[in-house]
Amino acid sequence: MIPGNLARFPDLHPAFDSQSAVAESNRCLYCFDAPCTTACPTHIDVPRFIKKISSGNLRGSAQTILDANILGLSCSRVCPVDVLCEGACVLHRYNQKPIEIGRLQRYAMENVRGFMLTPRATRVNFRVACVGGGPASISCAAELRRHGAAVTVFDNRPLPGGLNTYGVAEYKLRPADSLREIEMVRTMGVEFRRAEIGTDGAAGITLDQLERDFDFIFIGVGLGAMERLGIPGEHLLGVVDALRFIERYKTQPNFQIGRTVIVIGGGNTAIDAANAAVRLGAENVHLFYRRTETEMPAFQFEYDRSKVEGVRFHWTAQPVAIVEREGRAVAVRFLATRLGSPDSQGRRVPESVPDSEYEVACDMVIPALGQSRLTAALHLERNGNGLAVDRATGRTSNPKYYAGGDCVNGGREVVDAVADGKRAALGMVNHA
Amino acid sequence: MPDLATNFAGIRSPNPFWLASGPPTNCGEQVMRAFDAGWGGAVWKTIGDPIVNVSSRYSSVDWNGQRMMGLNNIELISDRPIETNLREIADVKKRYPNHAVVASLMVDSNREAWHDIVKRSEDAGADGLELNFGCPHGMSERGMGSAVGQVPEYACMITEWVKEVARTPVIVKLTPNITDIRTAARAARRGGADALSAINTINSITGIDLDTFTPRPNVGGLSSHGGYCGPAVKPIALHLVQQLASDPEVGIPLSGIGGISGWQEAAEFILLGCGTVQVCTAAMHYGYRIVEDMIDGLSNWMDGKGFGAIDDFRGLSVPKITEWKHLDLNYKIVARINRQTCIGCDLCYVACWDGAHQCIHLDKPPAPPAITVTPVAKAEALRATGGPTPPHRIPRVDEVECVGCNLCWLVCPVENCITMAKIETGVPAQSWAERTSA
Repeated sequence: MIPGNLARFPDLHPAFDSQSAVAESNRCLYCFDAPCTTACPTHIDVPRFIKKISSGNLRGSAQTILDANILGLSCSRVCPVDVLCEGACVLHRYNQKPIEIGRLQRYAMENVRGFMLTPRATRVNFRVACVGGGPASISCAAELRRHGAAVTVFDNRPLPGGLNTYGVAEYKLRPADSLREIEMVRTMGVEFRRAEIGTDGAAGITLDQLERDFDFIFIGVGLGAMERLGIPGEHLLGVVDALRFIERYKTQPNFQIGRTVIVIGGGNTAIDAANAAVRLGAENVHLFYRRTETEMPAFQFEYDRSKVEGVRFHWTAQPVAIVEREGRAVAVRFLATRLGSPDSQGRRVPESVPDSEYEVACDMVIPALGQSRLTAALHLERNGNGLAVDRATGRTSNPKYYAGGDCVNGGREVVDAVADGKRAALGMVNHA
Repeated sequence: MPDLATNFAGIRSPNPFWLASGPPTNCGEQVMRAFDAGWGGAVWKTIGDPIVNVSSRYSSVDWNGQRMMGLNNIELISDRPIETNLREIADVKKRYPNHAVVASLMVDSNREAWHDIVKRSEDAGADGLELNFGCPHGMSERGMGSAVGQVPEYACMITEWVKEVARTPVIVKLTPNITDIRTAARAARRGGADALSAINTINSITGIDLDTFTPRPNVGGLSSHGGYCGPAVKPIALHLVQQLASDPEVGIPLSGIGGISGWQEAAEFILLGCGTVQVCTAAMHYGYRIVEDMIDGLSNWMDGKGFGAIDDFRGLSVPKITEWKHLDLNYKIVARINRQTCIGCDLCYVACWDGAHQCIHLDKPPAPPAITVTPVAKAEALRATGGPTPPHRIPRVDEVECVGCNLCWLVCPVENCITMAKIETGVPAQSWAERTSA
């Protein structure tokens, strides 16, 4: 990957050494029927893996984690633990810091050597194609392999891993960690193939071919390109959406950041992009959101961290045009908004204020407005948020197809995708 | 402020905190620094014919992330010439006339050797003598240390030899590595001992390196049992001190030793009758400076309780320990859980079910959601942290079935969440002794 990024994006939280890991693991109360385990979408037995750290049984600890969540390493780094396991820690109610579950999980995953995941008792011998190389597919594939299924993961990028490899901010997860996890799954006997699904030819494979060669097909294709702003100037040089921006700085040597960067959007990806812009050397990074701090969908801890990084936040600003000079973006024109009545989801709708237009100069614009759907080509039932599935089994309207991850849930966390993939695998096992 | 000055069997010191014989009292320079830090007395590292030590010498037991919960050593007595030790004792006494300097002694078991070392120590100015009948490793193989303390007749005889010439108070230091410590204590008294100190270290092997299979401490691939001390041994030491304090046939002053690392443990030993306390491991762990809080904390506690001097509370707990057969069978307490402070860890529930008497219960939890997903709305995130404990996670005690064992209260991590409440049974007190004699 790109040299220099390691220095620019140091670990957000330093790793534990063995003595501090043991001290922290000993703080764990070892709750009965622990709420942290319930709060984890993959239901990792948290007190159990923590107890094994304190006893020096790192191999057992890692196996406990991987048994529930094959991407235990990346989840330990990217999970928003404040609103998951650590958020559920009973110590909050005793005015104490929750156990640092995420860091302990990372300690177990990074320090273990030589472990084996045991095969599941229920054995199957069907073949499954997992379409998309991201967390949902990898989790589905690993779980299926443990039941004996033959699994091939198809992805159209040079490296598998999906957003874990290409789309997660560098200070959270390194591409090398994602690839290490892929390697572990490959060792389990999962086959990885690069192919464009739905196209003919040497580099492609059609759905008909898949249906012929495999007993089940798991759809874990994630989301598509980011939504467009739909305003003039969007195609100018210097405008790059947040996901492409993150992918480029992670993969292109000598990637050039602007001096003044404007990020548009209020989600976690917008914040990742803004933080990265600071780390890459931008002098001024401004984030504009059309509602206020209160409605911003980003997690509180992401917002807090971003303020520390030096990102400046601007509320109630609706972009209306990107200003061009000599073919390049040089400013964004905004209208001020005010918040009107709540919409169907309870969020107040921003209304633009007439005659409130203003311009902010910049040399790079990063829209971060969420991603579009990729799954239009599939003849599967959909609901508003993506493919329609039975959430407990991942089964779609077509019993040969299962689905999970962002293309089903509309874009959540890595751990949600892992849970979806695992449930789908078990759905196939129990159905066959 | 209360007066901490003590007179222990005739040995005076500004406070009851003495450094026990060991590495912290190896030489005069150390002892003087210790006195400057506030220690009231020091028992010199045991003097005798110089020995040769091995390396390594110490090993410890860590517990729950804390270092040195227990310490084990295979170090022998002083490796310095007798003359050097005695010259430095004289030097210390000259500069610190009001502090207690006690010479710890161990020589071959013959009368002349003991007479000689006693006279020379007293000539050097020692305020008292402590006969080391306790060290359980190394020296015991040569017929000294605990080899003496384990044979009452032997301990009595050597004490008699010492008393034939001693002009200063003689303290006999006892080993815990004996079936009944009172037999050795009575023997020492028969021999004329003026006081006792207890306990010396406990025979121990602290652990084994699971890669090399060599126990610790490792001396060139082999190990040897050592003597155990530190916070881990305090309950054992307290019990043995209580045994001595309660025995009318012992009846001489006690200096308490074993796991004392702060003023609270010191107060406990004094409540069981000790006139002074001796500290070694805590000073090895944190340095002489720890005595500051021992003095300060004990003074503040005494102030709060209205005690003006050590003797005001010394021995107050001795009558409160009795034989089991005299305890009231009709005294009943039950556990009560404070629903406002319970954090829902449910450790009391599992402890009662698996480790006690199955009388703590949980209400049926609500059906879990089909799947768990990451909360994204901020309100949900807030609700996830710090909200009240869900009712189904707060255990209930069946007070009829509760036997009042204390286990739930002991495992509860929240202060004052579980309390043990006295239940009036209306039945008069009756002990096992009374019940079986009726």
